[in-house]
Order: sequence, then structure tokens, then C-alpha cells
Amino acid sequence: MTDPDDPDVTPREASDPSDAALQATAELDSLSLLAEDLLDPSGPLTPSGHLRRRQMVSRLAEAAQTTAAVLAVAVLGILVYSVASRGASVLSIGFLTKDPPVLSGVAGGGIAPAIVGTALIMAVATAIAMPMGILAALFLTEFAGRWTARAIRLALDLLNGLPTIVVGLFVFGLLVVGHHQSGFAGSVALAIIMLPLIARATQEVLTLVPAGLREAADALGVCHWRTVLGVVLPTARGGILTATVLAVARAAGETAPLIFVCSIFSNTTSLNLFGQALPNIPVYIFNASEAAERYGFARAWGAAFVLLAFILLASLGGRALGRRATLSR
Amino acid sequence: MNAPIGLTGTLPGDARSRVRSADRIGDGVLYGLCMLASLLAVVTLGAIAYKVIDGASASISQFGLGFLTHSAWRPNFGIFGAGTFLYGTAVTSFAALLLAVPLGISIGLYLSMMASRRVRGVIGPLVEMLAAIPSVILGFWGILVFGPFLQAHLEPFLHRTLGFLPIFGAPSSTGSGLFNASLILTIMVVPIIASLSRDLFLAVPQELQEGATALGATRWEVLRGVVLPSAASGVAAAAFLGLGRALGEAIAVTQVIGAGDFIHVSLFQTGDTLASRIADQYQGAATPQLVASLFYLGLILMVIGLIANIAAQWIARRFDVGRVAAR
Repeated sequence: MTDPDDPDVTPREASDPSDAALQATAELDSLSLLAEDLLDPSGPLTPSGHLRRRQMVSRLAEAAQTTAAVLAVAVLGILVYSVASRGASVLSIGFLTKDPPVLSGVAGGGIAPAIVGTALIMAVATAIAMPMGILAALFLTEFAGRWTARAIRLALDLLNGLPTIVVGLFVFGLLVVGHHQSGFAGSVALAIIMLPLIARATQEVLTLVPAGLREAADALGVCHWRTVLGVVLPTARGGILTATVLAVARAAGETAPLIFVCSIFSNTTSLNLFGQALPNIPVYIFNASEAAERYGFARAWGAAFVLLAFILLASLGGRALGRRATLSR
Repeated sequence: MNAPIGLTGTLPGDARSRVRSADRIGDGVLYGLCMLASLLAVVTLGAIAYKVIDGASASISQFGLGFLTHSAWRPNFGIFGAGTFLYGTAVTSFAALLLAVPLGISIGLYLSMMASRRVRGVIGPLVEMLAAIPSVILGFWGILVFGPFLQAHLEPFLHRTLGFLPIFGAPSSTGSGLFNASLILTIMVVPIIASLSRDLFLAVPQELQEGATALGATRWEVLRGVVLPSAASGVAAAAFLGLGRALGEAIAVTQVIGAGDFIHVSLFQTGDTLASRIADQYQGAATPQLVASLFYLGLILMVIGLIANIAAQWIARRFDVGRVAAR
């Protein structure tokens, strides 16, 4: 990396010092000020030649890094601006409370059924994934031996890394083939997406619970399950809530798991979780984008705005919550 | 949690044994529930593999491994092959990684080495927020905003300046195509690599960096000579996680890739990936043969996705990548 032979700093390299001094005294008048600066051994060390090139490379690299970061933030800004500026123009109370028009190619209408459907599907998915995720995390931290824990962690990570469309195919094969699409099938698919997220993040928080608290409970002769319910979980409550909120934010926008199991729906508000596919925002946007129709696009921008606002606020809120929970520990 | 526990010693005999047996039952129940939940995760993974293979079995027995290389997909004639989609998946994922790895590492370096704590606290979450944007919104934006921009500006420019390369052929007519899909995938993969590599770089021991600085290394030389090498395995794992994400993304790619049926060398032409073809056909999945072939595509996708994820886990055995990926 550093070459010891580098003539890095000029004054030292300037031929022979005595020679330089002679020259400097003899030809003081004829030499320019600059040359004198260069030859003065007591002058400031200024980089030249190879070192200057190395510093230039370094500065270029730093500029590239800064540019990359600015680019990422700029893309986020452009995306949010695109959605907000187009979505805001259709947004109104009516947009949030009305049904979409029955016929396509008509302006107006709203996305109320999709909002209700997404809320219902997400609520059920959370009700499935949250307890399961917390229990799995408890198993990892409280009970499992080293190898069992490693195996289950791997299973969770692979589940998390699985393409979400494959999860959709799985639930399609499990619940839809031979029956029909339903909101519940959508909830199951999203719960599979959320489970590893909640379990892994909760496990992370549980390992941070101070050993002292646990030992205090042990010293009092408290049995294991009471320690878990009374000491461990309450201490980790903030972190678990953060994990859940972030998982909800992630799953709420997932479309791929839903298009096979909960996509063919009528545009009316329904709470029938098992009987039929429920309208939901992601699939609504997807359908509109495939249908390529002007007023459908406008409504889809509005829907995208609603969804994006919810997701960004939820993930911001979740992070803030997590930070506070960490600080209070 | 309250009174009885501390007081068991003073309770009469039968009450004490009652509390004890309640405790024992409680412990057993908690253990059982926790184990069941953990097993459920493992079982789900197994069930997904089983269901996907089961669903694909009809197509597997009909087409065999020739499905992988056969490039025609004509549901109406009962002809199915994944060749075009494997090509599309490979091209878009490779292009996305080619852009996202250097970008992600640069952002990771910026956040961990250059930015002050306060700037890092702002930019870091913003970059992670980019990962939170739903793919359906990204794809919708890709069709209506990004695609037209590409078609009007970037594609003609690349064609003019680098047109001698066959991958930069004549600009597309709509802006949809492999190029658009690759860039959208880049946007999705960059935050994953950036936040993972930031964490990796922050974990590089300070003494090593200070030692290099004391030897006269410039800041970039410290990064290149010390920070990057000591985080290399983790960065490679991050790239594999990003690859897994890029391979498996269905919705956004479907929206912007143009659902082409043929292999084109030019990136500006349409194409399709494994995941996006599955997503395309969701409402047309009528004949059993088509459904089985979609499951076959899903099976290929699952295998490649699992390989990418296992590779990431294996490369970074010392570093718990799953922890960050699940954030």
C-alpha cells in the first residue's frame, strides 16, 4: 500500500541539502520565490508527485462514496415526490370512503374496499404471525440447545429469503386449489412472510434482556414460565412491538403472495374473510397498472400514496419506538 | 407472578404441591408451545418445498429437465419451457448486482467511515426506507415515470455512445424491458447491500485503521487495504442476499419488463424472468398443465433462491447475516 521508496515530500528529496543551500544563497535574486519555498528545508511539507496522486485518488474515492449516498437519497426523494404529487391530486375524503366505479374508464370513486380489506387481511396475518414469532424466538433464547437453535435460525432465514411469489404458490396449492380464493388465504401467505421477521428481531431483543433480571427471578425461586411471562417478555416489550410494526410495514405492501390467493375480487367492501377474495391495496395497484387505463392510473396513484404513507410512517414509528426502547434499557 | 411464589415455603403442604405442580405444568406448556412454534417454521419450509414440487410434478414428468433449456412458452399449444425466463432472470439479476454492489459498498463506506454520527443517523434510515417501498409501487413508478424517462433520454444516449455493444441496441418503444427491470432491481438491492456492509465496516477494529493511517496510508488506502479486505466475506454474503432478492422479485419486474417471449441480446428489448412470468399468468392460470408449469418455474426459482441464501449464510459463517436481512 505505501511504497517506502516514494519521493513523497519535496524538501527532503531536493538533491543534496548543502548543494541546495549553496544555490539558495548564491542565486537568491535569480530564483523565483516558489523555487525558494521548495528548496527551503524548514518550509512546510507540501505533497507532490506520487503522494499528490495518492491523495487525489483518495479524494476521488470519497467523492464517489458521497455521490452514491446522495444518489440513493435522491432516488428515494424522486420516488416519494412522484407518488405524493400524483397521489395528492386524487386524494380526498371521498377517495378514502367511496367504492371504485363499477365500470372502468370512469373518473372518481375511491378505494374504501381495498383499505378495509388490507386492514382485515393484515390484522389476521399479524394475529397469526405475532404469537408464533414470539414463541419461536422464546424457544431460540430460552430452551433450544446450540445446534437446535442454529437449525431453527437457518430455517427462519431461509423462509425469509424465499422468493415471496413462491410463498404465494404454496398457499395457492394449500388453500385455494380445490376451494376458492379468500382473504384468509391472503392472511396466511402474509403471515408466512412476517413470521421470520418477527421471530428473528424478537430473538435479537430477548438476548438483550439483562441476565441480572433473570437471575433475580431465579434467586427468588420463580419458576421458568413465570420468569418468562413476568420478567423477560415485559422487559423486551418495546423491542417486540418494534419488530411487529416493522414486519407489518413490510407485509402490507407485499403483492406477490396475494396475486394467486386473494386477487379476484369485486370492488365492494366486505368483511367476509373466508368466503371470498378481499379487495386489497397492493393488488388493486397491480391490477390498475396492468389494465393501463387513465382513470385507473389516477386511482392507483392515490392508492399508492395511501399505502406508501402508511408504510413509511409505520417504519419510521417502529424505528423511533425501537430507539426509545433501547435507550430506556 | 405475585404472592404465592416467594411464599411457597410457608404454605401448607398440599398448597405447596399444588403450586409446584402448577409450575411444572406451566413450564411444560410454555416449552411445548415454544417448540411447536419453532417446529412450525421448519415444517412450513418443508411444506413449501413439498407443495411446490408436488404442484410441479405433472410438468416435471412431461417435460423433464428439457424444460430448463427449451425456450418456447405457448400455453395454448401446451408447449412450455423456461429457457427465456432463465435467461431473463440471469441478465436482470446480473446487471442489477453489477450496479448495486459497487453502489451499495460505496454507500456503506460513506455511512460508516465518512459521515458524521448525525449525518449517518439521517442518511442511514433514509437508505433503509428505500428498501421499505413496496415493489408494486416501485413497479408502477417504473412504468409511468421511469420507463418514459429511460426511453426518451437514457436509452438513446447509451445507444449513441455505446451502441457498438450489442446489449445497447435500438431504444425500446415504451421504456419497458430488461434494462428498466435491471434498474428497478438495482434500486431494490442497493439498500440491502448498503445497510449490511455499513454494519460490517463499523465492526472493523479501529486499531487496524489507525495503524494503517500511522503508516502513511491515505483514507482511501485505509479503506481498500484494511477495511474492505477484513469485511470481504460479509460483503460477498450481502451480495448473495441481494442476488436472492433480485432473482425472486416478481411484481415490480412483471410491471416493467414487458412480458416478452423471446431471448433478445439488447437490454432495451422486452423479456421475462422466472418470477415475473409466474406473476404474469396469475389470472390466466386455467389449464392444469399451465398451473403445473408455473409451479415448475416456482420450483426452479425456489432452488436458485435457496442456493443464493445458503451461499450467503455459508460465506459469512462468522457474521450473522440473517439478523440484518430480517430487519
